[in-house]
Amino acid sequence: MKITEQEVRYVADLANLKLSDDEIHKMAHDLDEILTHVDKLKELDTTGVEPMAQVLYEAGETATLRADREHRPLTNNDAMANAPVTSGGYFKVPKVIER
Amino acid sequence: MSIEVAKLTIAGVTAGLRSKEFSAEELCREALAFAEAENPKTNAYLTFSPDRALAAARRVDAKLAAGEDAGSLAGVPVAVKDVIVTKGLRTTCGSRLLEHYVPPYDATAVQRLEQAGAVIIGKTNCDEFAMGSSNENSAFGPVRNPVALDRVPGGSSGGSAAVVAQGTAVVSLGSDTGGSVRQPASFCGVVGITPTYGRVSRYGLVAFASSLDHIGPFGRSVADAAALLGAIAGRDEADATSAFAPVPDYLADLNGDVRGKKIGLPREYFKGLSSETGDVIAAAVKVLESLGCEPVEISLPATDYAIASYYIIATAEASSNLARYDGVRYTTRPKDPATLADMYRSTRGEGFGAECKRRIMLGTYVLSAGYYDAYYRKAQQARSLIAQDFARAFENVDAIITPVSPFAAFRLGEKTSDPMEMYLSDIYTITGSLAGIPCMSVPAGVTPSGLPVGMQILTRHFDETGMLRLARAYEAGAAG
Repeated sequence: MKITEQEVRYVADLANLKLSDDEIHKMAHDLDEILTHVDKLKELDTTGVEPMAQVLYEAGETATLRADREHRPLTNNDAMANAPVTSGGYFKVPKVIER
Repeated sequence: MSIEVAKLTIAGVTAGLRSKEFSAEELCREALAFAEAENPKTNAYLTFSPDRALAAARRVDAKLAAGEDAGSLAGVPVAVKDVIVTKGLRTTCGSRLLEHYVPPYDATAVQRLEQAGAVIIGKTNCDEFAMGSSNENSAFGPVRNPVALDRVPGGSSGGSAAVVAQGTAVVSLGSDTGGSVRQPASFCGVVGITPTYGRVSRYGLVAFASSLDHIGPFGRSVADAAALLGAIAGRDEADATSAFAPVPDYLADLNGDVRGKKIGLPREYFKGLSSETGDVIAAAVKVLESLGCEPVEISLPATDYAIASYYIIATAEASSNLARYDGVRYTTRPKDPATLADMYRSTRGEGFGAECKRRIMLGTYVLSAGYYDAYYRKAQQARSLIAQDFARAFENVDAIITPVSPFAAFRLGEKTSDPMEMYLSDIYTITGSLAGIPCMSVPAGVTPSGLPVGMQILTRHFDETGMLRLARAYEAGAAG
């Protein structure tokens, strides 16, 4: 096994995903299969190979700086329109700090 | 009046408007009525946008009446994949989480379409957050392939490919991260283009894997897809990764000679290929040869590592990009969560479908402490080798020809039980995505049972012109 159910629970926690016991079980199986395939990369000699972090970047250092122009941002109403719960122009969430 | 909407081309729309055979508004009404009537067969549209479409059509008619230029896509009924945001028009990403999301802005590609006179008639179904190869991962039900209704249209842009094949839009926009335009184009028998990375602005494309995401067009002909690409391509200040390279006139260059062009056939892509796909591609290569192209066998040795590299990089980026769906700003939220952490976890646990969860988990795992070098860094190094393979090949050939998919459209439900098997089927499209080069699928024929097979053409960075010319020459040669 490349990954245990306990590790799956740990990763789900990192990812902020609530998974049922059934989902944890199936996930461990699926991830195991995928990680086994991915292990193929170990055979590849990558000594001295630069990781490819960018695809194409032909622009000069300052080319992507835009002109410093005033522009109208989203209004508060527009920005809040899709939020499930708002209050007084703010996003409302449950209590963060327990008493 | 009755317009044969299902067969229209962009040139046909332009001619019809010019000769006053129909107005843009009349065409818009007919196209909408036809699309709405036909849609239950395929479930390809998730939302129709009659108000927006009629307003756009009336603008075109007003411009034409005033003798003004109404744009290169004037009056053309267009569909847009539901991962591309449209101001005031629901954009779901095929996800329960965004079932009621109404974006406050338009994607740049959408703005450019409408500036060119296009009439957006609706938003198309897709795999949830563009993750899938069959369109079976949509929260709003799968799309059926209009060519064979018991089969999948491919994915993730299955709806956008299906509407063009079905004739319920003239052209459409999709998005491609590892093959999501080319593979459904192949399955549905239409043309689909993944341009060079950065050629089309992604502003307003809901992010899946940012180093791999592209917007790309579908059309029933090479010329129509090329016209759509020309309208949306070019630098955009709102997307820092969009390219500065000037956009050529793809249509003006479309019918050039292809004699003497060297076309590379990578041996890694043909070993183990099923005969039903292999025979179609072999026949298509013969057509190119008869047009004066010179086939050359080439090797892309890092191909074997492409799936592993892609599924690490794409899921790592996805796990980060999808972190924003947390129940605060624009998603549905379960009732009365006790704490903030509960809210995040239950929003995401209840909202995401199985495939998104799998990819978020894999991406989080490969980026987690202790695994970064073994997985993510190694995958990026493999990606370099894959890109170098292509660069080396293009020193000797003008284009590379491959299959798009190992097989033609499969039956709904046939491959849903084994995610790894589904991932492996992306092998031929993933390499071009990793290298960031332009690639496309052009219909190359059908299997013995009549299912479409696409041929993939890949060229050097920013050589869309060469790619489209080869595709057009093939299209004309195969028809003649």
